[in-house]
Amino acid sequence: MNEHQQTLWEFVRQQSDKLLMQTLQHIGLTFISLIIAVVIGLPLGIWITRRKHFSGIVLGAAGVLQTIPSIALLGFMIPLLGIGAKPAIVALLLYALLPIVRNTYTGITGVDAAVKEAALAMGMNKWQILFKVELPLAMPVILAGIRTATVINVGVATLASYIAAGGLGEFIFGGISLNNTNMILAGAIPAALLAILFDFLLSRLQYFNLRKIKTATATSPVLLLLLASFYFIPSAYGGKLTAGFTPEFMGRQDGNLGLESKYKLKMHPIVISDAVMYKAAYENQLDVISGYSTDGRLKAFGLIVLDDDKKIFPPYYAAPIVREDALKRFPELEKTLNLLSGKITDSIMTDLNYRTDYLHQSPERVAEYFLRSKGLLAPSRNGSSGIVRIGSKIFGEQYILASMYTMLIKGYTDYDVSTKTGLGGTKICFDALNNNQIDLYPEYTGTGLLAILQPSSKTVDSLIIDKDKTYNYVNRGFESNYGIKWLKPIGFNNAYALMMRGKQAKQLNIKTISDLKRYLESN
Amino acid sequence: MIRVEQLSKHFGAIKAVDGISFEVRDQETLILLGTSGCGKTTTLKMINRLIEPTSGRILIDGKNIQEQSPEILRRSIGYVLQNNGLFPHYTVAENIAIVPQLLKWDSKRIEKRIAELMEKLHLSKGQLNAYPNELSGGQQQRVGLARALVADPPVLLMDEPFGALDNVTRSKIHAEFKDLDELKRKTVIMVTHDVQEAFELGDRICLMDKGKIVQIGSPAELLFKPANQFVESFLNEQRLQLEFKAIRIKDIWDLLPHSKEDTKTASLSADTVIWAGLEKFKFHQADRLNITHEHETRSIRFEQLITAFYKYQSTRAHE
Repeated sequence: MNEHQQTLWEFVRQQSDKLLMQTLQHIGLTFISLIIAVVIGLPLGIWITRRKHFSGIVLGAAGVLQTIPSIALLGFMIPLLGIGAKPAIVALLLYALLPIVRNTYTGITGVDAAVKEAALAMGMNKWQILFKVELPLAMPVILAGIRTATVINVGVATLASYIAAGGLGEFIFGGISLNNTNMILAGAIPAALLAILFDFLLSRLQYFNLRKIKTATATSPVLLLLLASFYFIPSAYGGKLTAGFTPEFMGRQDGNLGLESKYKLKMHPIVISDAVMYKAAYENQLDVISGYSTDGRLKAFGLIVLDDDKKIFPPYYAAPIVREDALKRFPELEKTLNLLSGKITDSIMTDLNYRTDYLHQSPERVAEYFLRSKGLLAPSRNGSSGIVRIGSKIFGEQYILASMYTMLIKGYTDYDVSTKTGLGGTKICFDALNNNQIDLYPEYTGTGLLAILQPSSKTVDSLIIDKDKTYNYVNRGFESNYGIKWLKPIGFNNAYALMMRGKQAKQLNIKTISDLKRYLESN
Repeated sequence: MIRVEQLSKHFGAIKAVDGISFEVRDQETLILLGTSGCGKTTTLKMINRLIEPTSGRILIDGKNIQEQSPEILRRSIGYVLQNNGLFPHYTVAENIAIVPQLLKWDSKRIEKRIAELMEKLHLSKGQLNAYPNELSGGQQQRVGLARALVADPPVLLMDEPFGALDNVTRSKIHAEFKDLDELKRKTVIMVTHDVQEAFELGDRICLMDKGKIVQIGSPAELLFKPANQFVESFLNEQRLQLEFKAIRIKDIWDLLPHSKEDTKTASLSADTVIWAGLEKFKFHQADRLNITHEHETRSIRFEQLITAFYKYQSTRAHE
């Protein structure tokens, strides 16, 4: 829906600062981990040539590390090392270990036995044989291993952005979540070029003839250190508070771009996957994060939502949307579904989400608990005058709402219910409703506006400042376009939000995003 | 002097070397001869402790080698391998300088010694900075020899040193080897499976089989006084050639005709073996050769030499 299709070149020019920083970070990450991997892998490889019965175990273990999916390995690192560069470097070095250990082992065991015997017979001791004979002769093979490790690291380092370690992954994964091809390419092309470049450079090193191998061996550590130091140059994040945003939030108008244009708030955020962002805030590694206002983790980690006083985040009020023909077929339905309207506030929804996401209670149990507390729970009438089909998207909050509607319909009407929960995403859920596969599901006004109706940005701007305007607009649009009715809002707003630890916010007296800006600009 | 006493090496149940004893006199060349698997290489490698014996002991100049550190011991024993074992990443000069550097010689001394050896071994100065793979097989073997000789060790161990060379190169190197003054001062133990080589280079030959010594003695003793059937059959195939190599011209001097010295032709000492005389005829395309024995010089034709050899052979056979 862009009025002007931005070209890749325009994007790169516009984002050149970021691109340069990410590229340097990427190079730095790759080579810091590479150096450490060499420092560990080389002696380990040498050691297993001396203790051959350990070679199977060591090479096997390094091989197993290699098979762990990168994301999973990064995930394992968080409880141990937190977020940021440390866990990323450790994960990368674990991947780099196998080729280095294996090639060191192969290279040294492959040295001509006659040459080793000659060295021994001339009276060299084992260290002299290692440094003067075995290592120099194994060097081409060892360098080949380092080369493999480098290329692997360039690739895996893109994933480092998941845990706020930076690198070109920020553009790649941001681009994927924003469906912005230019952004993906701006990250992917430099990453590919880096892999090709380093592979080429190391291949030159590897095929140096014997005459030059001494020079090559001497210069490579210097070169590695130089490249590794790139990481430290851009990693100086400014500001009194550290912000961590998801890649998607980074690139959205109703996200960081809006913070910059409407609030003039420049946080120099680090980019991080939402899977670890909340935890990181809880552990004081981040101070301000982007998130969803009813996420259960808010409660789990003692976070509070900053008030969006300039209204850049569109309202995402939840309400059941129902096919009009279903409302006619089931006359009792609308009244029953509206029992929930206005009953669930943001904090209640957060609490309910906390129960499923964090305490791992079943959605049914949580739904039952809530209805009982509001005096809405009624025993099932085991009705048989028609079946209402309820759908839900594939996340906790939607399961809870679907369960509540199921219980209400069974308790207050004579209809039976079938549920089709876990429909993967807005498009699938809405298409199911539109094609009469289900009768209703809970939807959010912001999603209805931006994902389904997709009006011009001007219309969007005029609507999102007011929740009622948005509601009325989507209700009208759905009715005329699809014959689908928005019932009364349930009450909570699951919108994008900026969050902070409650304690810290209170201490700094920050309640709104404008407060945050003022605080950052003070002094 | 090297003394080997009751030396054994067992690999599991296999007795590679089985209780052998022998002595090598100073400045003597002893050849360990035998088929592969007879234990000759194992014996050799126990002398510089590349292999540790199961039992028995080795004394060099009366000192038990087990009581020295292996590194120090090895620096005083030259070692030449079949596949030369040159360091492929070192230049010729660097290869030769390995032991002196371990012994911490100063660089001038090393340089001088290398230049001396290069000349003696017919290697050109231009090859000093070459890498081993840029040299021919014969040149590589010469560098290997130079590397073993550089620190002037009293003992030289050679493990099939010429085994990887073609016949022409080998006989050329054999000739140089015999002429090399450096080697005349050394106690050499050489392993070979090549009977011709053993006869050509050895002062004494130690014939081994299945980990034991079958016979130890001079080439002529092995040929003409074989200890048993094994020795005889081992040598039989190439007997004629071996005899040419084992018998010196002075041994058949009395059987050669008295003829005056011929001034126009090449001359030869009667100390050389008959084989060397035959080669000289071929090389000079000459009718006659001047052969000198104890101040007497005779001019001998090719047929006369052969006839005298056969006469000698038949008298030996009737002894």
